[in-house]
Amino acid sequence: MSETSTLVPDSVKFNIQIGDELTHNVKPLLHEIKHALDKLIETDETTIIDLRSIPLAPGEEDNILNALGQGEVQAQLNALGLSEIIETQYTGVWLITHYNDEHQIISRFIEVTTMPEILCSQTEDIMQAYSRLTLDLRDNLETNASPSEK
Amino acid sequence: MTKNKDMTLGDTLRSQGISRRSFLKFCAATASMMAMSPAMIPKIAHALESARRPSVIWLSFQECTGCTESLTRAHSATIESLIFDSISLDYHHTLQAAAGHAAEEAREAAMEENFGKYLLVVDGSIPMGNPGYSTIAGISNYDMLMETAKGAAAVIAVGTCATYGGIPHANPNPTGAVSVGDLIKDKPIINVPGCPPIPVVITGVLTHFLTFGTIPELDHIGRPKVFYGQSIHDRCYRRPFYDKGLFAETFDDEGAKKGWCLYKLGCKGPTTYNACATTKWNNGTSWPIESGHPCLGCSEPDFWDGGGFYKSISIPTENITQTAIYAAAGAAAAGVALGAMNKSKKSSAAAAHNKTTIDDLEK
Repeated sequence: MSETSTLVPDSVKFNIQIGDELTHNVKPLLHEIKHALDKLIETDETTIIDLRSIPLAPGEEDNILNALGQGEVQAQLNALGLSEIIETQYTGVWLITHYNDEHQIISRFIEVTTMPEILCSQTEDIMQAYSRLTLDLRDNLETNASPSEK
Repeated sequence: MTKNKDMTLGDTLRSQGISRRSFLKFCAATASMMAMSPAMIPKIAHALESARRPSVIWLSFQECTGCTESLTRAHSATIESLIFDSISLDYHHTLQAAAGHAAEEAREAAMEENFGKYLLVVDGSIPMGNPGYSTIAGISNYDMLMETAKGAAAVIAVGTCATYGGIPHANPNPTGAVSVGDLIKDKPIINVPGCPPIPVVITGVLTHFLTFGTIPELDHIGRPKVFYGQSIHDRCYRRPFYDKGLFAETFDDEGAKKGWCLYKLGCKGPTTYNACATTKWNNGTSWPIESGHPCLGCSEPDFWDGGGFYKSISIPTENITQTAIYAAAGAAAAGVALGAMNKSKKSSAAAAHNKTTIDDLEK
């Protein structure tokens, strides 16, 4: 799960062991997720938590990810680099990690929702797909047409 | 370099084959870097899609090009490069192909065409001692700044040199260097200090301008609060060690190895306001304190004259009685007193492990 840990060589890894609760932000965050799930159940309201907005010591983010675990859905998105969209073991709690082309994490969110917006097909892309398919079919018809029909 | 200015930013991105989903991903990362609530993502998407590409004139004065390097050293499609590609950068003498009179003509044309609407970005300080210290195409930095600022919608001072004078301004300031804010009083100025500033902070300010058409909320020395609102110390993951009184005394003692607070090694985190602690550097890989080095305070005015990068901003655990005795010896003896304290500290450090001390670094 932790892509950064595979990118950073051991020689530059910081000497703090995973499990050291340095900032004490892990448990409150898990409680925040619990409240967000409650809100989703009661009012169908989506909550998005930006993991970058919280000061976390090396290893603490891994603690959060380990606590959330992995559930039934795992999706990959190829758009300006890879994105991983994973439903955690707690249904409705999604972990969304955006990477750039060099597979470095550019942002990471916990989204408490029934379906993350970025997984849905977007209207603009659907419209573009319609135009493209129309053109492709026309090209196809022209290519396959007999000389007398042209 | 100049592209069709009638295109919106959304058009520009789509013409590069970027899907709506990619754009949403881009907006999510933008909201994250600007420390905005994720609830703002749809609003950012809407505003950015319909924003016109702004004309940007970038002037470089007494600087080292580090600020431009910070912004352009991305090797792949990043948030920074996307924003950077989406503006109409009409003049930047380090990046543009044109030189001399042709370059100056491009600047004048951009100013005329977009008068009152273009963004002026400045890096580097302005020498007031002798105009000859720094000129571009025979025009003094002062003249070029004042002329170009006239038609600017806003001025973004990038880097500590442009914002507060920076290293050229450091004692004894041989060129009489001053900041942009010292000279321009009739335009909104956004200060984006740092040596260099974090790239996403530069593009974050540009994005804010594109998204909302306004300048972001600024602190008392003109910095956007969204990036400079909290001290390095308050956002530092080593802060719990400070609170517990656990400090590294040298760069290779047990405390340093255990990742304790670098306050005693001269960390300026408590008096420095910047986004390094959460945004980090090199695409979030690390930042100075995570690498084991104290914060230099590079986003603060006169950071170069702060009394030494490896000198603690105060010494709370020093023997106060002893300090008082030294202090009582009078101002003339102050240097001796400090020397004595440092000597004693050095000896104890030497006894502990006989390795490099902060005093060695200060020599």
